[in-house]
Amino acid sequence: MSVAESARGFRRRARVPEQRPGGGRDVARLPPHELLSVAVQGLRQRRLRAALSALGIAIGIGAMVAVVGVSASSQANLLATIDALGTNLLTVTPGTTFFGNAEVLPDTSVPMIDHMANVDGAVAVYQLSSATVLRSPFVPSEETGGIGVDAAGTNMLGIVGTKLAAGHFLDAASENFPEVVLGAQAASTLDITSLTGHIQVWLGGTWFDVIGIMKPVILDPTLDSTVFIGLPVAERLFQQADSPSEIYVRANVNDVDQVSNLLAPTADPQNADGVDVSRPSDVLEARAAAKGQFTTLLLGLGAVALLVGAIGIANIMVISVLERRGEIGLRRALGATRRHISTQFLAESALLAALGGVAGLAFGALATWVYSQAKNQPFVVPTWALIAAPAAGFVIGALAGLYPAAKAARLSPTEALRAS
Amino acid sequence: MSAVAIRTALRLAGVSKEYPGGVHALRNVSVEIDEGEQVAVVGPSGSGKTTMLTILGTLERPSSGSVEVAGRDVVKASDADLAGLRAHQIGFVFQGFHLQDGMTAVDNVATGMLYTGKPKAERRELAREALERVGLGHRLTHKPTQMSGGERQRVAIARALAKRPVIILADEPTGNLDSKSGEEVIELLHELASEGATLALITHDENVASTFGRRLLMRDGEIVGDVRR
Repeated sequence: MSVAESARGFRRRARVPEQRPGGGRDVARLPPHELLSVAVQGLRQRRLRAALSALGIAIGIGAMVAVVGVSASSQANLLATIDALGTNLLTVTPGTTFFGNAEVLPDTSVPMIDHMANVDGAVAVYQLSSATVLRSPFVPSEETGGIGVDAAGTNMLGIVGTKLAAGHFLDAASENFPEVVLGAQAASTLDITSLTGHIQVWLGGTWFDVIGIMKPVILDPTLDSTVFIGLPVAERLFQQADSPSEIYVRANVNDVDQVSNLLAPTADPQNADGVDVSRPSDVLEARAAAKGQFTTLLLGLGAVALLVGAIGIANIMVISVLERRGEIGLRRALGATRRHISTQFLAESALLAALGGVAGLAFGALATWVYSQAKNQPFVVPTWALIAAPAAGFVIGALAGLYPAAKAARLSPTEALRAS
Repeated sequence: MSAVAIRTALRLAGVSKEYPGGVHALRNVSVEIDEGEQVAVVGPSGSGKTTMLTILGTLERPSSGSVEVAGRDVVKASDADLAGLRAHQIGFVFQGFHLQDGMTAVDNVATGMLYTGKPKAERRELAREALERVGLGHRLTHKPTQMSGGERQRVAIARALAKRPVIILADEPTGNLDSKSGEEVIELLHELASEGATLALITHDENVASTFGRRLLMRDGEIVGDVRR
């Protein structure tokens, strides 16, 4: 051998290495980064098959992400609506006194509240329980359709946070006359959709002119199935409107809690225990949170798709192990342990499904985006889903790969080499 | 034996191998191959040549008898120990090449050292050297599908030798080649093995066998002749 030849790197090895007990020499290794690149390589050699088998996982995870995303978007939309309407609306209602008697809010409560610091405005409504509203005197008086009649202050609209769909609200002039404004639900129950022409309703034995139709009151939907007349006309016709049935209060945004604490003693200093104070936006926010919970049925469908996807991956991996017997035998000859072989197939399977998870995340996000655009809602995909989707894929893939990986490791290397 | 201590690279003592179904692939085979020796194993098909080679290569364990490879007791060793032995000390060359079609020649050869724990850059460097050594310096980035059979087998030889094993086991390496490429491959194996490895090669080609200084003749799972020139 020439010097040049030996310099090329084939140094002479005169003897076999000394035998040392206890091992430590000639260890077969496959560090994690090498394992990953082997797995990537395995998948890249069969791209189409990999893509198709990841599709099942992608569909399952996509369905789940879409369910989560759509409900999160709807929830965000509802919360944004509530925010726009203001979380500073408080309501005061008569409850029960300490002795179990029905509380009656004193007539003075509205001006008292109105004068509180940090209160931007207050309005009382007085329920006229004896009055009914009908389309005409010929409709039987029992068929009220559940519509209530309230007397209300002229500043009600701004405080409860809604607008008119048509016409105008009660004002200093109209509140003295038999004129009425309809809540959104009440208008549709009475079958009054516009104010064209001279529209009247039969209210407590008198014809009232309909001067306005309200938009829905999101913060307190009970107002939707109510009609509103002026306080003076109510007193004149029904002699009843002396104790408020509900007081709506707009507090300064930064002092809502403080105002809330003081409302009851202010409304009725004699009997603060009998006064109930609540914040309608809290109820709505709780409801929004509940609405944000996932639709169990759709999640179930996603889970079925995932199961089918997992079986698909297991199936493909078993076929892959059979096809790649030659490669497995070669790797064993090159020094792979059984464990190296099984982790290779496990890694391929997990990686494949994790990629399916990423694709599913993209599908689900896209579906959510399309939905939110169509519904004109904010686009929200929860941040935890960004981690959970690929992680779920990874775990499912690892589980699906267990059997094929064990099968690959059990193959006899000589049989595997002979097979190809 | 001369004064210089010659050590045994491969030793089989009373080795038998039975497969399920009562096939006796090897019957009580005993043989010793010294380090640096080059041995041809010849015999008709079904005579147990390949079984002996896979046992020598630690890919299979015998049903009975003892096996020592590079000084290690194969029968008692764990799967991980044997894998380590193969990774570092044994190079295989197969009749069917067993190259990965999707990889370049360099990557195929570098993969041969995947389980040694050598970093990738070092593996690729050794792979390049080995490919140059087998005369394929101009084909480094070619894929097996772009190569002739002789070139493929030379890539496979580079893969077996790049890690500088002490033992090279070749199973009919010329079986799929025309006679000219076959001769070149055998010449290359002789040349590379003479740089410090022990070579055991299966062949049924008399011309190939005649280039070896020692020939083991097998028949029906037994060694029926051990001819030294």
